[in-house]
Order: sequence, then structure tokens, then C-alpha cells
Amino acid sequence: MSLLGQSIPRFEDGRLINGQGQFIADLMPVPGIKHVAILRSPHAHARIRRIDTSRLGTVPGVTGVITGRDLLAVLAPFPVGVPQPVTYYPMAIDRVRYVGEPVVVVAADSRYAAEDALDVVEVDYDPLPVVSDIETACQMPPVALHENAPDNVANHREFTYGDPKTALNHADVLIQERFVYPRNTAVPIETYGVVAYYERSSGDYTVWANFHGPFTLHSVMAHALKVSTQKLRIKTPQDIGGSYGVKSAVYPYMVLLAATSRLLGCPVKWIEDRLEHMKASSSASARISYVTAGFSRDGRFQALHIKQYDDVGAYIRAPEPATLYRVHGNLTGAYDVRHVHLENYAVMTNRVPTGLVRGYGGPQLYFPLERIMDIAARRLKMDPAALRRANVIQPDQFPYRTASGGIYDSGDYPSVLNTALQASGYEAFREKARNLQDSGPVRLGIGIAVVVEPSGSNMGYVTIAYTPEERARQLPKSGAVSAATVAIDALGGITVQIDSAPEGQGHETVVRQIVADVLTVPMASIRVIAEMDTAITPWTISSGSYSSRFAAAGANAVFSAAQKVKTKLLALAAQQLGVDCKTLRFEEGRVWGAQGATDLTVKRLAGLTHWNPSDLPAGISPGVYETSYFSLPNVDPPTTEDLINSSATYGFLVDVAKVAVNTETGKITVLDYVTVHDAGRLLNPLLADGQIHGGVAFGLGSALYEELRYDEEGQLLTGSLMDYLVPTASEMPESLTVLHHHTTAPGTPLGAKGLGEGNVMSAGAAIANAVSDALGVEICSLPLSPRTVTESVMKKEGRG
Amino acid sequence: MTRYAKDQRVPVTLAVNGHEYRRWIEPRLLLSDFLRDELGLTGTHVGCEHGVCGACTILFNGAPVRSCLKLAIDVGDGQITTIEGLVKDDEFDAFRQAFSQNHALQCGFCTPGVVVSVWEALKRASDSESVDWNDVLSGHLCRCTGYVGIRRAIMALQAKGGGKTEA
Repeated sequence: MSLLGQSIPRFEDGRLINGQGQFIADLMPVPGIKHVAILRSPHAHARIRRIDTSRLGTVPGVTGVITGRDLLAVLAPFPVGVPQPVTYYPMAIDRVRYVGEPVVVVAADSRYAAEDALDVVEVDYDPLPVVSDIETACQMPPVALHENAPDNVANHREFTYGDPKTALNHADVLIQERFVYPRNTAVPIETYGVVAYYERSSGDYTVWANFHGPFTLHSVMAHALKVSTQKLRIKTPQDIGGSYGVKSAVYPYMVLLAATSRLLGCPVKWIEDRLEHMKASSSASARISYVTAGFSRDGRFQALHIKQYDDVGAYIRAPEPATLYRVHGNLTGAYDVRHVHLENYAVMTNRVPTGLVRGYGGPQLYFPLERIMDIAARRLKMDPAALRRANVIQPDQFPYRTASGGIYDSGDYPSVLNTALQASGYEAFREKARNLQDSGPVRLGIGIAVVVEPSGSNMGYVTIAYTPEERARQLPKSGAVSAATVAIDALGGITVQIDSAPEGQGHETVVRQIVADVLTVPMASIRVIAEMDTAITPWTISSGSYSSRFAAAGANAVFSAAQKVKTKLLALAAQQLGVDCKTLRFEEGRVWGAQGATDLTVKRLAGLTHWNPSDLPAGISPGVYETSYFSLPNVDPPTTEDLINSSATYGFLVDVAKVAVNTETGKITVLDYVTVHDAGRLLNPLLADGQIHGGVAFGLGSALYEELRYDEEGQLLTGSLMDYLVPTASEMPESLTVLHHHTTAPGTPLGAKGLGEGNVMSAGAAIANAVSDALGVEICSLPLSPRTVTESVMKKEGRG
Repeated sequence: MTRYAKDQRVPVTLAVNGHEYRRWIEPRLLLSDFLRDELGLTGTHVGCEHGVCGACTILFNGAPVRSCLKLAIDVGDGQITTIEGLVKDDEFDAFRQAFSQNHALQCGFCTPGVVVSVWEALKRASDSESVDWNDVLSGHLCRCTGYVGIRRAIMALQAKGGGKTEA
């Protein structure tokens, strides 16, 4: 029986439960490491007038100090994929642009000593006007953050698909609304960590970090360090303590530490503290969206016009402005809408630069889109479920090409929607909620969100930030590739190297399932190496953990490498037995022919390639070390019409949230949450459900609690975990139901799609829809703090 | 009150996982850093250093304590148990299995702290003490699991051990 598809507990668990995980903070990979502390800007925007490090000599244990200007000797600015990049270094040079921006690095014998040393460094600043509001920043800029972007716009593009102008003019009903998605962040419990070592004689850098890709950023780092790429060796620790995207932005610190090691002549280590993380690591982009949607009287969704302003922070930093484009191919969600106009602005403000956070671009899109559906339903006097049913893409429309170029590979959206509505008891609850109106302060509401979940990002999608004319002057980019190696040693030990740099997803276990199935050997005979080493791991620019790509890309790379091994061993067996290869198969780790079991095992065949290569027939090379680079289909560069299939595959989910809202206290209780996913074939249902549980918690936090709040001076108000609230066990829904449909991904051998991000895209919309339903108001911003709720109630009652 | 000079190192003797350790340390050294950096017990993780996330939870005289909020010199003759100590217990195998079978962890960074608290609360539950599991779990932040697998693991362990309350 196939191991794939079974709920197999993880091989990773033993070491992690025992406290024997190896995280970056646990590692001292080279001798003589000094510890780094970073002095950071207390101002959101200021000129640095003077940095005085002269008193450092009085502090015991100090190795050395680096300021921004010192970096100029060894670094170039980071490249970024927009036509007019701004100058961005990993430490401020002469001017600070966000609170927490690095200003001085000190290395010392211990972190304690390094922090002591920061106390005696003096920096004088001349404060400058602060740019905080996104629309003001670009429409009436009080000041330009960068000389070459006078309006603080780092990227602006406009797209037209079909004939949206005519379609909107002819629509019976126009829904227009402004939505605000807040800055929030991922809050992994492990913070960033980096160890960097510059070897003077060779000029080689080695950097250990809890970095998980995308490994396109390797070339960005090498460029900043002004070295050819083989001179930058990146290694990840065996275990990474969560990321949810945000650790991709550890890369500026990897470059900062690498430069520090070079300038100070010693290996250096930095473990970020929590305040540093909240202030100055990365965050999701806040977004203001103006949405106009045109519907016919009978509820047909005809045209969509979106203008979106992303707050990308103080410097546009790779891979931004990707938040604006990651979902470009699935802009119209689950709906068959052919007329679309989109206008995108990436706006710079005095905030920490933005980057990947679970859902990346998804919640910013689906919160407005799925709220629009509910607002439209109310205007059209239709049930929100019925309006969605009338507009979702039908099963016979797959593969479905969206207006913006996405290719939805497979799905059965109406069935998933029905399953979700039934599982939640949708009709009965609406009846119950109606009966409860006007009987006390508690109101009940129910909300739906319908999400097409992209996975396996097309590396070419980011280039749509350029116009077709600009793209024509560059080399094209495309693809969603993953690499894996399956090796068998002389005594039959199997080792698999993967390129996904996981941080808790359980890839080591799923890889064993895949390889054990192909070679019909026990999972225990396989060891999986998940830590990356860019010098020895087969990898490519799209390697890493992001865009939920393992199920679609990584798993298929492993499968493909295992198949290569199988093919090689069976060819060898055929030669040994003097039969046609096609008559042979593996079973229980042994070759079987037409007459049944032979005495050729995986171990024996692999051993032959090592111990006695003289006997190998022509065409069979010594050793068993098979690497496969697997490329997902249909991920081409953008066309000259700006059509882009931004992801290789698209799953689907429907969430239904039931809430109780206290109109006096503003308290929202999520009574019941149903989420139904269609991610194709599930590789390991236990782990799939774990991803969904975590995704729901994450989405719930973004809906109700999480926001990086700043005052008008650009000071962060939520720098501790007492101020930035993430859900604890008590905040989880009282009831959580996870169900699955299984429409396989047709373009891949294993048929699986990603599923870890969908609920982060859906939960904010589902809960906001439920709260809007409960209160009879239209919620247009997140998070839904008690204050937002009570203000909405007062406004509705004319007291606001 | 004892006063220490800046940079003064003081002798301490700490009982950790049944062993006595003698060290000269700076008075300001956090217990979490002592365990990790002086003793190499890296199973105790540091996630926030302000007592919220719970990743650094250890047992101090049998009760869960945030090791990031305690100075190593302040331990006195108290008995400390870290995750490395719990693992040696004969009953830990069943505990580990319940966590794994119920997928109670993903990245595993918060896990040692969660394990320490749940272990202690289960002991209380088996002593017929009423345990408020929301209270126990809300002392730990986990960003991976939504706490679903953790609750399932607790229920499985209680079903085995005959504990009194429901997770």
C-alpha cells in the first residue's frame, strides 16, 4: 500500500520534543566567534549628524565597531526589481528612514558586553518630516524619502483586461468601497539569527542563517557583497523555528554580518531580540484598495476595477513589490469576470521595509474582494452564498484562463462551496441569527469567504512590475523549479537531499513517504537532509520555502529523483538477469520478474555500482547519486499583453465563520469555523490538517488582533508581545471543522497542490463578513478590535 | 540585600536535572542564558525575553517558571528541571508519542516549553487536581499548530492516564 496519502507522524518530532533540535542560536560553527549587538535609530526619519564611538575603548570585551559609512568599502546597494530602484544598504548611511534601522554594529566577547558597548556610542540626529500615511505619502508628499522618487512611489503600473470601462458603464449595480488592510507580521517564536565568517585568504564568505529562500536572494546578497556567487556560501541550520515567510527578509542582516566579519576580521554572530524583530525585521504590506465592482440586476459579476496602494516601507526591498503581483493571475478570485482594470502603487513610507508574510498578497486581495461580494449581495438583496454560487467558475470551464492570465488547472468550486455550507449548517444559523435580533447586546452573524489559493509561484511574475517595453530589454524570467537528490551508498543506506529549507512543515517525513514508495523500502532506511548548503546542495533560484511550493514543486522533484534511481537500478537488474527491463518491478525492496522474487535487492544493486564498477554494463555509471530538477508546467514569462500565470497550480477553499458580537463591549467570539479545502491529492493528511489549523489561527489573529501600530512620529506602539497580540489557545474558535475535496493537480506526477496559506487569505474576509452580517454594517478595515466594533455600532445608530 | 560590583563574577551552584553545576558568573546572567550558554542545555529556547511566549519554561522546584525572567544567581538551592531532564523520565516515551501522533508541533521551537508546562499540569491532573487547560496553554505562544494538535495530545494522554479534566 502506498505510504503517500497516509497520516504518518513526523520523523522530525523526536528530536524537537526532546529539545535536541539544532536551531541557529544553538550553533557555534567556527571557532573565535564574536557577538554582535546593533544600535538602531530612535527616529523614523532623520539625518545622522554625528556618530561618536570614541568611548568604546573603555568598555571591556569590545572587538570592534562598524558604522554605515564603513560598509561603503565592501558593499554595493541591494538590487531590486523595479525600474527605478532606491539606494538600500543593510545599515543607515547618513540618514535613517525608519525606527529601528541599524546605525552602528558592535562586536564583543558576549552579547551582554556588546549591548553594554552600545550604551557609550553617541549619535546625534536632525529629525526630518515623517511620511506615514500611504495616500499622503504619494499624493501630497511632505518629503521625499529618496531623491529619485520625489512622490515616494517605487513602482506604478496600470493594467486593462477586456473592456472594463464599457462593462462598468453598462452594469446595473456598482459597488464602490475603500478597504484598508493593516501592517501585520508573522511573529515566529524564533527570531532571526545569523553567523557570518569571512576568510581573508580566499575572500570567501560563509553565512549561516535561518533563511529559507527564495534563493533568488542569494544572487541579491552576492551582488551586495560584490562577490561572484560561488564566493557566498549560505548554510541553514537543521531546524528553523517558524517563519511563515518573514525570515526571507533576514537577508539584509546576512549581508550586514558578512560585511562586519570582513571589516573586523573575525566570525560574528547575531541573534535578534524580540523588540528588534517587531521593529526592524519585516512585515506584511499595508494596503489601501479602492474597489469598484459591476453587477447585473440578477447578480452577475461583470467587471472589476481596483486601485491599490501598498505601503512597502522605507526602502523598496527585493522581492517587493511582489505583494502587488503574487496574486496577479488570480485577481478575480473564484469568479468568472472578464473585464478588469488594475492600478498598482508601491509607496514608500517611514516604516520598516516589507516582505513575505504567510498569504503574501492574498489577504490584501481577498479581504476587499470577498467583502465586495457580501456588500453586493446586500445591495442586490441576494443571499451571499447564492451570489457566489451564481458567479464561481464551473467545473467544465477548467483549465480556466483568467482575465489577467492565470491558468486555474483544476477544481470543482460549486461542490466545495456546498460542502462548506452544509457542514456549517448555514441556512439554519441564518434563521437563528435573525430570530436573535433585538434581544440583548449579543448579535450573531455568519460569513463566507471563497478563495482560489495559488501555490508554486512563477519566478517570472515579479517582472510584471516592469512594462512590456522595459521587459523587452531584459532577459525573460519564468519557471517554478525545485531540485532533489536521492543517493544510495555502498551498503544500501539511502540519503535524500532537498532544497526546500523547511521550518516545521514536515518535509523530512513526506520525502521519506515518497522515496519509500518508489523504491519499496522501509521509511526507516532513508535519511533526509533538509538543511541547505548552497555550495553542495543541488538548488536553483526558486529553491526554498515560500508560495506553498513543496507539495507542488519539491515533492515532485524528490519523486522524479527517486524514479531516476529506480530506472537505473532496474536497468542494472535487467542486465544481471538477462531479461527485458520492462518485465521487472520493485517490491519490498527487491526486484521481481515474471517468475516472482529475485535475489537482487536495492542494497545489492546499489552495492554493485560501488564495489564492482568493472562489471557495470555500458550506459550505467558507477555510484547511485541521482539529482532531478523538476519544473512545473505552464509558468511562462509575462506576455506582451501583461498576461501572467503567476502560480503553477491553484487550490481552492471555502471558509464559513459564525460569530457572536457583543455590541456593548465590542467583543467578537468565533463560535464555529468551517474550512473546506481542495488541494488535490493530500500527501500526508495529518500534516495537511496541521497546516490548515495553523493557517486558521494565523488568519484569525490578522482578523481580530494583529497590527503593527505606529504613532504620528512613526514610533512603533506594538513592540512587545504584550502589545502585539497573537492568538493563544483560548482565542481559537470554539469549534473548528476541516474538510477536503480532492481534485488532483493535472500537471504534476503527484497531483498535490499547496494549502498552507489559504486560510490566511480567507479568514479576515470570512470573519469580517460574519461581523458585518451580525451588526448590519460594512466592515472595511482590519483588525476588528473591540473599538472598531463599537464605533461601527455607534455610527450605525447615529451616535458616532 | 546583596550588592555586586559591575563586572564582578560570583560563584553559584545550581542543581539542574539532578546534577550540581558550579560556575563563576556575572550577577546579571539570565537563567535562560545560563542554561544555554554555560551548561549547553539548548533545549530551553528563548523567544521573547519578556516572559510572554513561554518557550523558555523550565520547572523550578517542580513548578513551571520562565527562565528568561529569572537570574541564575537567584536560583539558590532550588531544583531545576529542563526538557533535557524530563526526557530521562520513564514516562516520557508515552508523552512524546502522544505529541507526535497528534501532530502537536511543527517547527518545534515553542515545543520544549509547552512540554514542560503540559507535563507538570498532567501530573497535577493525575493527582486529582482540577486543571484549567486554557490557563496552562495560554502561557505559551505557538504560531504553527493553532493549538489543535496540542489539545489532542493532552486529551490522548489524559485518556491513558485517567486525568480529571478535558482539554
